[in-house]
Amino acid sequence: MIEARGLSKRYGDTLAVDNLSFDVEPGKITGFLGPNGAGKTTTMRLILGLDRPTSGTVTVNGKHLNQLAWPMREVGALLDAKAVHGGRSAYNHLLCLAQTNNLPSRRVSEVLDLVGLHDVARKRSKGFSLGMGQRLGIAAALLGDPSILMFDEPVNGLDPEGILWIRNLMKALAAEGKTVFVSSHLMSEMENTADTLIVIGRGRLIAQSTVAEFIAANSQQSVRVSTPQRELLTAAAASAGATVRDDGSGKLLVIGMTTSQVGDLAFENGIRLHELAPAQASLEQAFMELTASSVEFVAGLPTELDAQPVGKVG
Amino acid sequence: MASVATHERLVGGSVAHNPPGRAGFIGTVKSEFTKIRSVRSTYWTLFAMFVVCVGIGALFSWGQTERLLSLEHGVTLRGQGIPPGAIKQVVAHRAAEIRSTATAISLFGLLFGQLIIVVLGSLTITSEYSTGMIRTSLTSMPRRGTVFAAKGIVFGAVALVAGLVTSFVAFFVGQLILSSQHVNTTIGHHAVLAQVIGGGLFLAATGLLSFGIGAMLRHSAGAIATGIGLMFVVLLLSNFLPSPPSGWFGQADFDKWIPFYAGSHLWQNQLLGVNPFSPWVGFGVFCAYAAAAIIGGLVLFLRRDA
Repeated sequence: MIEARGLSKRYGDTLAVDNLSFDVEPGKITGFLGPNGAGKTTTMRLILGLDRPTSGTVTVNGKHLNQLAWPMREVGALLDAKAVHGGRSAYNHLLCLAQTNNLPSRRVSEVLDLVGLHDVARKRSKGFSLGMGQRLGIAAALLGDPSILMFDEPVNGLDPEGILWIRNLMKALAAEGKTVFVSSHLMSEMENTADTLIVIGRGRLIAQSTVAEFIAANSQQSVRVSTPQRELLTAAAASAGATVRDDGSGKLLVIGMTTSQVGDLAFENGIRLHELAPAQASLEQAFMELTASSVEFVAGLPTELDAQPVGKVG
Repeated sequence: MASVATHERLVGGSVAHNPPGRAGFIGTVKSEFTKIRSVRSTYWTLFAMFVVCVGIGALFSWGQTERLLSLEHGVTLRGQGIPPGAIKQVVAHRAAEIRSTATAISLFGLLFGQLIIVVLGSLTITSEYSTGMIRTSLTSMPRRGTVFAAKGIVFGAVALVAGLVTSFVAFFVGQLILSSQHVNTTIGHHAVLAQVIGGGLFLAATGLLSFGIGAMLRHSAGAIATGIGLMFVVLLLSNFLPSPPSGWFGQADFDKWIPFYAGSHLWQNQLLGVNPFSPWVGFGVFCAYAAAAIIGGLVLFLRRDA
């Protein structure tokens, strides 16, 4: 259980985290979602006591991290896979962490087996690939078999096999009743993994709900339409109050109407339709809509909503 | 690839969740010892320090015997109209001089070896920041005072052992060379043992001083440059700066506060400049500098975001 109350962190002029309050509960995977620069990593650093909050509090299992009797047996974190001394072997890296919490050295071997680094345990970690580094970071987080696990962007740089492995690992951990808190800017990843979501933008809480609720509440209905009479349909839909966009593949996306409404509209206006289908609302879409105003770096957000609106008449 | 089934079998396999007590100092000392012994830079820097101290001490000792020999052969005095009897007197005088500073001559390499322990002392803490390891370290052991103390004590112990070994080996090698001209001293001779031990203490204290600087600056290059500047450059500058205006205070009153002069009187007596502080008082002053750096480092370590 992680509880944040009025958590704020200011770096100079930048308010990186702004009055955040949320609970992360055990037994499920809580996705921590936000665009780059939204304050996800800062929030995790505040939870771990690496940074001191400007105001507010955050506790893990009811205590500040430095008050826990055995920190590693309660919280494990993968903040960034490069937070290791590259000159040290994987085994010694984990051993020096284990020793701080009186964890037996056989536990080091166990987690090395668990993450599949057994064969390179004696190799210096500077030669590790990004994926191996990520596994080493996860091994460190699992060392104390903690009840709370935090992963900051764990699938970054991983191959599909690695992504699947982490996803399954997180699900297994949650199934054991552990608190799993995982950040990502990849909405699709959260859709596949998380049970509930905490969404932030520019340091502020935007939403906290289950994934299904989040999509339902935040994605506008949209319908995918293929028609040879694009201009006519665009004009008709616009005058009916809907927004029309090109979906990027030559079809139109009518936002704000149901399939039957679009069908009726086309019939009334004598517009020929070749295809009419509900567009699956994705978490990605919902997220983009919700955080559109809170994106710090606008460029480079690849989504179908980046496509130009065809036009809106009247 | 470990399967999820394997995971379920293994997680928690050998971990008790609430053993009595709490994560504390002893475990953290073990951890810090694992850290320092598991990176190659430790061995390389200590080896370099050993080679430089022993090697330069040996060279310097050899140089002294060679100069004495050439003096004996009258190379430098012949032709200046000095009678052979006087040459003998000069040689005997010079031999006595060397013998009285024999310990310091054999430990001369410490002047350079101190710069290498500065590197190790700084890296012990700055490498945690340059690699990002500090975030992992402080997550597993969030009680920062404990981490800092364990780190300092482990490094201090390693530096002391390495410093003593280096100092003793440098002494014996140097004396062996000086003994070829019978200008050596022995470990049992008055105050010699204290000087040799003092050499080890000086290296350890220098390392701890730079550890404190490293904790304050958190940046390898900056900390090493500052440490070397403090130990070496200030020393060099003091020989080139103008003397203070007469009537204020004497040059020696200023020089004795220079870290190297204060700390080194313990192991060298007449080689470099004046040492108005007595050996142990001077070393106390030097330790106070180290303590100030360490306390400054600790305060910042506790307060700053990691």
